[in-house]
Amino acid sequence: MMVERTPKLDFFTYTALILGIIAVGFPILYAFIAATLPIEDVSQVPMVMIPGNQLFHNLGEAWSRGHLGTQLFNSFIMASGITIGKIVVSLFGAFSIVYFDYRFRVVAFATVFCTLMLPVEVRILPTYEMAANIFGPLQSVWNALGLDGIVSWFAGHDIEVTLEFSLLDSYAGLILPLTASATCTFLFRQFFLTIPEELCEAAKMDGASPMTFFWKILLPLSKTNIAALVVIEFVYGWNQYLWPLLITTNQNMTTAVIGLQHLLPSPEDPPDWHIAMAGALIVMLPPVLVVLLMQRWFVKGLVEREK
Amino acid sequence: MIKKRSYFKSRTLAYVLILPQLLITAAFFYWPAVQGIVASFQLSDPFGFRTRFVWFDNYIALFSDPLYLQSIGITLLFSGSVAIVSISCGLFLASMANRALRLTSLTRTLLIWPYAIAPAISGILWLFLLHPSYGVVAIGMEKWLGIDWNPLLNSSNAMLMVVLASAWKNISYNFVFFLAGLQAVPHSLIEAAAMDGASPFRRFWAITFPLLSPTMFFVTVMTIIFSFFESFGVIHAVTQGGPGGSTNILVYKVYQDGFIGLNLGSSSAQSVVLMGLIILITVLQFKYVERKVQYTG
Repeated sequence: MMVERTPKLDFFTYTALILGIIAVGFPILYAFIAATLPIEDVSQVPMVMIPGNQLFHNLGEAWSRGHLGTQLFNSFIMASGITIGKIVVSLFGAFSIVYFDYRFRVVAFATVFCTLMLPVEVRILPTYEMAANIFGPLQSVWNALGLDGIVSWFAGHDIEVTLEFSLLDSYAGLILPLTASATCTFLFRQFFLTIPEELCEAAKMDGASPMTFFWKILLPLSKTNIAALVVIEFVYGWNQYLWPLLITTNQNMTTAVIGLQHLLPSPEDPPDWHIAMAGALIVMLPPVLVVLLMQRWFVKGLVEREK
Repeated sequence: MIKKRSYFKSRTLAYVLILPQLLITAAFFYWPAVQGIVASFQLSDPFGFRTRFVWFDNYIALFSDPLYLQSIGITLLFSGSVAIVSISCGLFLASMANRALRLTSLTRTLLIWPYAIAPAISGILWLFLLHPSYGVVAIGMEKWLGIDWNPLLNSSNAMLMVVLASAWKNISYNFVFFLAGLQAVPHSLIEAAAMDGASPFRRFWAITFPLLSPTMFFVTVMTIIFSFFESFGVIHAVTQGGPGGSTNILVYKVYQDGFIGLNLGSSSAQSVVLMGLIILITVLQFKYVERKVQYTG
């Protein structure tokens, strides 16, 4: 290790780090202090900067006023659904692409890979229409083939066939469109390619079926990658905004991040910023905890994405 | 395409395994993308009763609409500012954390948590900090700097507020990547330069910084994508594109024109433009990654 004395630079380094940590943490600290104060102290100019004793009162108020119980539950279902869905779908997909040989393998990979960077934000309208009627494509095919006419001819009178099944205001609608992501499939594929050939050969020699190989060897080896993706996808799912905004109209189906909006004081209301900040603390807590507790895997998983 | 020497023979199983992924991708990527492209060539009334094929009319109307051109300018200003603020802060903090050898993991813990916070919540936190009547930063600016600060009415104040809220959230993401990049710089190189008498600053600019260029490129691409799309939450929660359209970034305009204005043709054309942009960025990124691979052998 290099030994070099740079006392001035060291002093600068630590001072800059401490200031940086304070600056990055300040918005949260400020929100936390506001959440502990009664309304008189929050609306003082400038706000009292010493924590008060109203934290639990404010948290409770935010909880009941913002219907946070239901909405946190929805957020939890959505985030876990997206996480589990993405990981399961892409584990199987990557397994199929790497460990099997079939004619459409390259086509399948390219089909999925092309969607790597396309976020839901650029295709909101048609995806919304798709979710509003999941049988839309079938209906179009039905209409294009003029099958209504054929059915009517058989039946002897006019029949119009309408295929409709809506995902609006449902958990499936919140989750399914966001489980389509090439990122995880691509990461698992990259990882599977680094696994030694001998493992598969040995498993085949021992007469293991493909699924036995998958459950007994591939899955245990992928544990760290799965852990990393769990953190990243949970945070991604929890923090979704545009999609739940579109697909839910019912307040009991919306997510906590969207619902928080209703706690913001509008100019006519009393300035209940302490309640809004208490709500913000509650809603941000789950993903922050996941990131901090699983920091090691999270950092590893993030950095893997660059490769 | 690379494949394993040793593989399984069952075709049926292979298709069954890939099927869920293909179905979801087809239903929620390809079908909507095709529908979007078709709709961008059509003109329809808001209730969808009648549609007419109009070739490139929607695109022509779009690019001759001063509001759209303004929105492009706003998006470039917004994402450029977010990129500059969050990348320079992230790089600075990462190089400091990399020097403070003992406390790396502690500082990392204390710096990564904004990553977990939703853009919309980040926006709400900054709205409170910068609120003209209640925000401590806003009051401080008015008192000490004499700035007449009101992001709810003033366009450039509003822009600064959404830039700060978005950049703040993104600093931790960039920090993680820069720290990993810095830790991968070989010690021998730095030590050799130190023996030749290069100062720590010189070593940073002459050795570390060039070696970080792949990380820099990746982080820039990701920050731009973040500020183009995910910052929707910040805008919707805090300014709703206002005041006077001054924070109406492209992705917010797609939403506003499509879902609120019900102008389906124009909104679809805007989506197609954004899709094209993303595809361009992706292609550029892969070109660059290929070159990097060749370069390092």
